[in-house]
Amino acid sequence: MYNYPDSTGHFGQFGGIYMAETLIPAVEELRVQYLRYQNDPEFKAEFAYELKHYVGRPSPIYHAKNWSDRLGGAQIYLKREDLNHTGAHKINNAIGQALLAKRMGKKRVIAETGAGMHGVATATVAARFGMECIVYMGAEDIQRQSPNVYRMKLLGATVVPVESGSKTLKDACNEAIRDWVTNVESTFYIFGTAAGPHPYPMMVRDFQCVIGNEAKIQMPEMIGRQPDAVIACVGGGSNAIGLFYPYIEEENVQIIGVEAGGYGIASGQHAAPLTANAKVGVLHGNRVNLMQDENGQITETHSISAGLDYPGVGPEHCWLKEIGRAQYVAINDDEAMRAFHDLCRFEGIIPALESSHALAHAAKIAPEMSKDKALLVNLSGRGDKDINTVARLSGIAL
Amino acid sequence: MSRIQTTFDALKQQNRRALIPFFTAGDPHPSLTVPLMHAMVAAGADVIELGVPFSDPMADGPTIQRASERALKQGMSLRGVLNLVAEFRQQDNSTPVVLMGYGNPIEAMGWDVFAQRCAEVGVDGVLTVDFPPEESHDAFEYLQAHGIDPIFLLAPTTEDARVEQVAKLARGYVYYVSLKGVTGAGNLDLSAIEQKLPQLRKHIKLPIGVGFGIRDAVTAQAVAKLCDGVVVGSRIVQEIENSNDATVIANVSALVNELRLAINQA
Repeated sequence: MYNYPDSTGHFGQFGGIYMAETLIPAVEELRVQYLRYQNDPEFKAEFAYELKHYVGRPSPIYHAKNWSDRLGGAQIYLKREDLNHTGAHKINNAIGQALLAKRMGKKRVIAETGAGMHGVATATVAARFGMECIVYMGAEDIQRQSPNVYRMKLLGATVVPVESGSKTLKDACNEAIRDWVTNVESTFYIFGTAAGPHPYPMMVRDFQCVIGNEAKIQMPEMIGRQPDAVIACVGGGSNAIGLFYPYIEEENVQIIGVEAGGYGIASGQHAAPLTANAKVGVLHGNRVNLMQDENGQITETHSISAGLDYPGVGPEHCWLKEIGRAQYVAINDDEAMRAFHDLCRFEGIIPALESSHALAHAAKIAPEMSKDKALLVNLSGRGDKDINTVARLSGIAL
Repeated sequence: MSRIQTTFDALKQQNRRALIPFFTAGDPHPSLTVPLMHAMVAAGADVIELGVPFSDPMADGPTIQRASERALKQGMSLRGVLNLVAEFRQQDNSTPVVLMGYGNPIEAMGWDVFAQRCAEVGVDGVLTVDFPPEESHDAFEYLQAHGIDPIFLLAPTTEDARVEQVAKLARGYVYYVSLKGVTGAGNLDLSAIEQKLPQLRKHIKLPIGVGFGIRDAVTAQAVAKLCDGVVVGSRIVQEIENSNDATVIANVSALVNELRLAINQA
């Protein structure tokens, strides 16, 4: 039976709690409190209530028939996380952590954000539960994702631009950790992905598993069986692990994680540590495959999608790759863009650029498969936030 | 006996407290690192904490972040830092040198190779900010096999049971982080340090150094009354940042000397 992480937060050699001493008691308190409430009926009931009435779950599965027909092979099904309140899967986790923060008496929440979806989700739950909210966001991402910055501000959050390093997601993480270390007693860090120090990878996974748990019920209702493969994009990998985890023991279902190939793996300018077999290292509290130079300095990544533009990846994905249960591939910027436009034109759905990577891989393998095969793609978010980026790349001024 | 123990034993006999300056190797330039180390010793430093620059210094405030960036731009690396220590040892075989940084550059080199190189070049202790005792078993076996002291941090948030656990693993001295925050913050609370230290002393038999937030001679003196060593980092790095190549040695010497005199009167 697959049963990870172990009690010390390790997935094989991956994971752990690599944090400065000041924060160790904080992550330990979080671990204890999470274990306490994880199976608490009242906590579970409140979480389920919020997911149903506030987020709008369950999210439907949609058969992208037009697009599948054009591709001429396997049928592509979309798990519509883009239809969630706030427009992405991030809200599932943000609600879970906010409910925990409430029980721990924390009145101030902080978050890092890349594309801004986790920042929006955190700002949303902070407004919903009456908490002060500070969101750290790389200055470059603030440029790329200006609509989300304004959404956060409308929701009452303070957005702090991060000017250090590459001014993207990893630097936002650094800054959020610095805030946490300074305000550790008053503050709950709502971490956005299934990475970081234990218990975050486990806890975020558990909150996101609603995606896969619903899909496992919905797919048999739709097609009488489970899909042949489940596909999701992987930056830190929270939408992916949420879909994958419930399928780990379904041996006939292939699991495929899609990383951001940027300008191509060979160019070195990408955000695909697993596909590129990046060396194992330690960053942001966990041991994972990590993009770094020969001196152990973290290298700058590139992706068209701010949400995937991160040098590491969640420890459970590293582990699923190592044990051979999941396969990881990369999709380049231009392939993702093509899938983005195809979904807009053929299905009337504007997907997030992050999710477009998963879509592009489905489009790549579907034509090689027979028409009775089924691919389930996690459409993890909607693409309204990306229209400025897409327009710019198309040479259009909005 | 290690240089760290020899140093603290001698200080104890003289009823003095250690002055432990920190700065980032390679800042402002690798060619100035060894001269700065010698100048600090001449001005009264007892132990030198040499920062190993890292691309993502999560526990550091803006001053040391900028120092890391400057050093990395100059091509500084863990390998380079070890070479600088070897160079320092050509003229100084008694002042303890402690490397302080984050784990990933060491991981990339391999702990076995790193520990061996530390022993070869004359590094005495290693403080890895993001490697708590829970994740440090293999690392510290390598360090101890080569006679290198693992230096641990303790924080205001560290509870008694953990202090006890750290006491078992720590060698050399223990570094008490005097505030909840990043390096260079200014909200140090003397009475909180005064309350915490007896609790630490129950378990920690090693010397205790206190750092984070010590920005002037007056604070250094007040903190020195409570502990065995005073670590000053961001203030020194700031002095380096505000100097030019021609003035940096003199300015840093003057600052270290001022701190020394203040601590001597503690």
